[in-house]
Amino acid sequence: MNTKVNLAGVELKNPVMVASGTFGSGAEYSEFVDLNRLGSVVTKGVASVPWPGNPAPRIAETASGMLNAIGLQNPGIDLFSKRDLPFLEKYDTKVIVNVCGHSTEEYLDVVERLADEPRVDMLEINISCPNVKEGGIAFGQDPKAVEAITKAVKAKAKQPIIMKLSPNVTDITVMAKAAEAGGADCLSLINTLTGMKIDIERQTFAIANKTGGLSGPAVKPVAVRMVYQVANAVKIPIIGMGGICTAEDAMEFILAGATAVSIGTANFTNPYTTVEVIDGIEAYMRRHGVEDINELIGLVK
Amino acid sequence: MSVSKIKATVFSQEQLASDVFSMWLEVGSIASEAKPGQFISVYSNDDSKLLPRPISICEIDREKGRLRIVYRVVGYGTKEFSGCKAGDTLEIMGPLGNGYTLKKDKAILVAGGIGVPPMLELAKELDCEKTIVLGYRDELFLNKEFEQYGKVVIATEDGSCGTKGNVLDAIRAESVDGQVIYSCGPTPMLRALKQYAADKGIEAWISLEEKMACGIGACLACVCKSKDVDHHTNVHNKRICKDGPVFNAQEVEL
Repeated sequence: MNTKVNLAGVELKNPVMVASGTFGSGAEYSEFVDLNRLGSVVTKGVASVPWPGNPAPRIAETASGMLNAIGLQNPGIDLFSKRDLPFLEKYDTKVIVNVCGHSTEEYLDVVERLADEPRVDMLEINISCPNVKEGGIAFGQDPKAVEAITKAVKAKAKQPIIMKLSPNVTDITVMAKAAEAGGADCLSLINTLTGMKIDIERQTFAIANKTGGLSGPAVKPVAVRMVYQVANAVKIPIIGMGGICTAEDAMEFILAGATAVSIGTANFTNPYTTVEVIDGIEAYMRRHGVEDINELIGLVK
Repeated sequence: MSVSKIKATVFSQEQLASDVFSMWLEVGSIASEAKPGQFISVYSNDDSKLLPRPISICEIDREKGRLRIVYRVVGYGTKEFSGCKAGDTLEIMGPLGNGYTLKKDKAILVAGGIGVPPMLELAKELDCEKTIVLGYRDELFLNKEFEQYGKVVIATEDGSCGTKGNVLDAIRAESVDGQVIYSCGPTPMLRALKQYAADKGIEAWISLEEKMACGIGACLACVCKSKDVDHHTNVHNKRICKDGPVFNAQEVEL
């Protein structure tokens, strides 16, 4: 049975990855799962300098989901390169570093710093960050900005780049095509959906940032729909995510057109989710007599 | 020290006050790993509730492999737990966090409200002279159980028992003294204690809480402000679930 998939020339032993920000750089979860089993570890977003993130409370639980506004707290590229990358060195899994920034220059700083890191197999560019120079609108909400940032990153990056798309747009295929036009090697979707929760006892917002990103099973049907739409709009491979808790959830994304899938919020509910999904996908393939996972990608038209 | 996630069986449950419940859980080896001041993540059996509830460990029975949690019903999750009966099961992860460092110095244990429970195992294990100061709004719980471990001083907001006022009013009224403070309770109380300890020139160890997701230091949801740049986060934030929940009061900003 073959579970290997190929993302822009990078071969993953299976299609199961983790969603950036839900898994740190893997160290904490390595107490629960053998990281060698994962198709890839995607690190928490890293910026050119340390970011303090948002005030607490940073999260709130919602029906079949959660809101988060961590604010991309991260230790900065220096400490990340010194500590987190060497930690991942000892594992046989692909390493994808998620990159964030407030401006094109900040993204490029990180991309250039990572260019000569042999342990980094791919870069994932988080374009849901607010573009400070453009009044705070996220890069990912303007197709011209998506194409421009993709082009700029592609020109400097030595690894294949994944553009992570925001679902907070009218038509995600427009953004997907813009990223493809800019030279993206791969797309990942969906980032979280902007939401809000009011604490009616305290009569204020449940999280300090007022709004937060909704994730978890609540968003899964939206995510599957968007993966399907994007898969039919672009030629580059897609990493699907949004509320995946089980192998059955993962199969929906793969059948809709995702080459790989990421486990995010489910890591918080069950730290063993990634390996359970890997085992479950193999069981699904046996049950359906499928020899190669690649036969299933985008099967549902 | 290892953390595990298991299906725990409820051994017993009783109600201690109008919204406060006490539950003993069969947890096997998690009990032998646990220390006072640590907590466990308790997961809902309802799949639509994704996040665990972090609840402090009230008592540890290492021999029988049991943990006691005493918790207040504040929302859906804790309401569900309060309905559990002996034999029911709950997923838990633990033991989590650092716990208190046990010293030999004359101690003042100070707890307010639902910060009282973790002090019980601490009072049991602290091998030193100690005074236990417990603050409540009105209804008392667990206070009798502390009496076997040291002198107990009570403060109530409505004055129905002990000193009328807060824990600091009681400390002053009863001339409580010691070389080290161990504390858990609401942030305003911890802030006042931090100041009190600084004025007295004594150590204070405080246990913080915040909304948590992963419980193991990965997601960065439950941070508090730190005085210095934290070695792990590289910013002025510490992770309550992993670096805490117990901190030296001097190292955090409240």
